[in-house]
Amino acid sequence: MANTLDQLVEQVRENRIWRSIFRSGTGASNLHRALFVQQNVFLHLFSVKARKRTVGFSATWYLGAMTFGTFLILVITGILLMLYYHPSVPQAYADMKDLQFVVSSGVFLRNLHRWSAHAMVFLVFAHMFKVFYRGACRPPREFNWVIGVVLLLVTLLLSYTGYLLPWDQLAYWAVTVGSNIASAVPVMGSKIRFLMLGGTAVNANALLRFYVLHCVILPFAATLLVAIHFWRIRKDGGIYAGEPAIEGKSE
Amino acid sequence: MSDPKDFVAVLDSDARRTPRRIACITKRTSPQVRVKDEDRVMTYPEVFFRVAVAIEVLAIALVVISLLWNAPLEELANPMHTPNPAKAPWYFLGLQELLHYFPPVVAGVLIPGLVVMALIVIPYFNINVEAEGLWLRNRSRRLRIFGIVVVVFCIFLAVFDVWVALVPTIIVAAFMLLAARTDPQTAQGFKRWLVGKPLSFWIMTWFLVELFVLTAIGTFFRGPGWSWVLPWRA
Repeated sequence: MANTLDQLVEQVRENRIWRSIFRSGTGASNLHRALFVQQNVFLHLFSVKARKRTVGFSATWYLGAMTFGTFLILVITGILLMLYYHPSVPQAYADMKDLQFVVSSGVFLRNLHRWSAHAMVFLVFAHMFKVFYRGACRPPREFNWVIGVVLLLVTLLLSYTGYLLPWDQLAYWAVTVGSNIASAVPVMGSKIRFLMLGGTAVNANALLRFYVLHCVILPFAATLLVAIHFWRIRKDGGIYAGEPAIEGKSE
Repeated sequence: MSDPKDFVAVLDSDARRTPRRIACITKRTSPQVRVKDEDRVMTYPEVFFRVAVAIEVLAIALVVISLLWNAPLEELANPMHTPNPAKAPWYFLGLQELLHYFPPVVAGVLIPGLVVMALIVIPYFNINVEAEGLWLRNRSRRLRIFGIVVVVFCIFLAVFDVWVALVPTIIVAAFMLLAARTDPQTAQGFKRWLVGKPLSFWIMTWFLVELFVLTAIGTFFRGPGWSWVLPWRA
C-alpha cells in the first residue's frame, strides 16, 4: 500500500500541470530540497539551509514558530467567527448568544479563538525574553528585534480590540478602563480618545472602529510585519546559534 | 591542525615586514580555534517538519483547552452599571496596578512609553555601552552610581507607597550586589554566571520580574475597590 501510495504521489508530482505550478520537481536530493524552498514565494522568506545547532528544541523552544501557529489558528477561527458576527449594538451580544446556543460548534469556535489569543500574547512575551536571554537580539539582528517589538505592540492591540467585540460587561468596562488611560496623554489626550472611540464614550461607533481595526487593519499590519520578520532572519544570517563553535569540541 | 612547518621563527629588524605576535592567555582560558563552517541541515524537510510538529502540538493543546473551558461571557454591556473592580485584559493589569499608585499620565503614558523605548534601544545599547559583565571594570565607580540610583528609585517608590514594585527591585538589586562582591577569578557556578552579566541583562531581568509580579497581583490579588483579596476567597 505504502509503495503504491508513494508511486501515486510521484506520478502526481511528475504531472505536467503540477510541474507548471511547482517547478522544483520530484526527487529527494539536496538540490530538489533547496529548490522546494527557494522557488516558493512564501517559503523563500526562509534560507535553504539552517545551522544544525539552531534546529533543536533548546535553541529556540520553538516559541516563534508557536506564536506564528497561534496567529494561523486566530486567522482561521477569526474568519469563521466573522460569518456569524454583526458589529452593531446590541446585535453583537446577540450573536455571542447565537454562537452559544444556535451555531454548530459555535462555543468551541469562540473558545478556540479566545484561548489562542491569550496564548499568542503570552507566547510573544516568552519569545521576546527567550531571544533576549540568548543574546540573539545583538547585531546584526538588532533591527529584527525592533520589528519584533512593533509586532508585540500590534499583538497587544489585536487582543485589546478583539476584547470589545462580544459587547458584554467584561468587554465594555475593560475597554473603558483602557480608553481612559489614552485620555491621560498630555495636551491631546481627549482628542486621541475621541479618535480611538469615534465619540466621547464607548458606544456603537467604538465597536465598529474596533471591529475594523481587529479584522482588517491590524491583521494586515501583522501579516506584513511577520513576513519581514521571517525574511530578516535569513538576511541577518539565520537563527542565532550562540557563540561560534570551538574546533574539536562541537559536533 | 595546521602543519608546524607553516611557521618559521625568524629574527628581523623590519617589524613591518615580519610583525611580532604575542599571545596573552589569561587565567581560566585556553587558546582555541573557532570553527568557520559548521554543520547545516536542509530547511526542507528538517526545519519545516519540526515547526509543523510544534504547531500541531500547540494546536492540540489549545483544542483540548477549548473543549474543557468556556470563554467568559457576562451579561450585555451596560454603561449605567460599573462592575467592581473593572479590570482590563490580564496583560494590562500590571499597568492598571501602577495606575492605582501613580497619576494616569505617569502610569498610563510615561511608563509604557519608556518601556517601549527601552525595548527598542536594548540591542543598540548592548554594543555601544557594554556587552561585558557590569562589575568587571570600574567596579567601585559603578557601585557608587548603582547605589545612588537604587536608593533614589527605592525612596521614590516608597513615597508613592508602591511596595509591590519596591520588593522585586530590592531583590534584583541584592543579586546585583552579590555579583559585585564576587571575585570573577575564583567564583564558581551560579555566582560566576552572575558576574558575567551585562547591564542590559540586569535591566531586562528587573523588568521581567516586575512585569510578572505586577501582572500576577493585578490578576489574582485585587478585588472590589482595588483592595487586596486572596484569589481562593474571591
